[in-house]
Amino acid sequence: MPRIRTYHDLTEPDRSGLPEQIGVQRRRVAERLAGVRRVIAVMSGKGGVGKSYVTAHLSRALARAGRSVGVLDADLNGPTIPRLLGVNHSPLPTPQGAVEPATGADGVKCISMALLLEDGAPLAFRGPETESFVWRGALEASALREFLGDVAWGALDVLLLDLPPGMQRYVELCDLLAQPPPVLTVTIPTPESRDAVRRAMRAARERGSQLLGVVENMVGGEFPGSAGDDLAGEFGVPILARLPWRPTPDAWAGLAGRL
Amino acid sequence: MKFLCVDCDRQMAFEERRLPGDGTLAATFKCPQCGRTVAMLTNPMETQLVSSLGVEIGGRTVPAQPLETVRKMVATGRDDAFDDEGGRADGRTGGPTWSTDAQERLARVPSFVRGMVKKIYADYARDRGIAEITPVVMDSARAELGLEGM
Repeated sequence: MPRIRTYHDLTEPDRSGLPEQIGVQRRRVAERLAGVRRVIAVMSGKGGVGKSYVTAHLSRALARAGRSVGVLDADLNGPTIPRLLGVNHSPLPTPQGAVEPATGADGVKCISMALLLEDGAPLAFRGPETESFVWRGALEASALREFLGDVAWGALDVLLLDLPPGMQRYVELCDLLAQPPPVLTVTIPTPESRDAVRRAMRAARERGSQLLGVVENMVGGEFPGSAGDDLAGEFGVPILARLPWRPTPDAWAGLAGRL
Repeated sequence: MKFLCVDCDRQMAFEERRLPGDGTLAATFKCPQCGRTVAMLTNPMETQLVSSLGVEIGGRTVPAQPLETVRKMVATGRDDAFDDEGGRADGRTGGPTWSTDAQERLARVPSFVRGMVKKIYADYARDRGIAEITPVVMDSARAELGLEGM
């Protein structure tokens, strides 16, 4: 049996060019985001704390303060940003090799799977159903990459990324972006939320993301606890806002002013 | 993944890709020294995994279209999600006409991806000075550009 060279021993040209294709994808994201001054991930690690609600209203407050703002709805399976921004569906133009984002309230640009899916339809992919767990994650990561790299974001002061519960999408983001994005964390006051959000903040810090601070949502209602103070103290970050059930425009403006 | 001709100690070169339409993929590789050819066959799950990455085995023949993976792979996309009639990537306007047969064939493409496919065929025809797109032109484009399944 002759010695067989290993993969890394090979030096011949690779016509298939898969690594180059991946490189092109990454460069496309970098080029598309070159005009974006700040990319901020809004995350929690806990579902139902109001991430999308905070993201949408924060984006509008930033826009009202004169910033050019975009929102990327990274919750592919439960997208809500278009509704929160009051976006009415119309076909998205695709000039110049990119998709034009929709424009919502206060001029906030957005892209979301909700703009692309049939009304009420779940996100379903073509392909063999029996082993979908193998490829579905890769497909969702590709969709996220295309939302970043194929949308004509143009010049933005801020691009907010509304992440779904859990850490998977954040990890994918870190792989796609040149550096881990700064993170704004949303929690509700309860200890259950605190525990879940703590894990997310720890993971984000370990990945190298700057923790911008904590937004404590749904304060003063049915949810007792001190998650905001606990997390802010533990991670040495500010509480950017404590939002009651019905925040006033001033509350959103205050949050926007602290970013 | 690479293929090595053990007898010649040469890396085999990619030759051809085929998507027979049953979810599988066949890709052939040839030894540049002895000419031996092997075929790599992938099952539907393996084929899907590669497609999910947004890459093409054998290399790309046309530039990636905006949201290409989403449009190719999402089964529940709305018919009117995109407006692809706004011209081509390089800004040139106008374009070839479509024969009735070609229009009927295009109409069978899922609507979510139809605009993107139409644009690829139209660009192909423009680049070759073809005034009318017919099924024959579509077949040529498919073979030349590797548009299996379109």
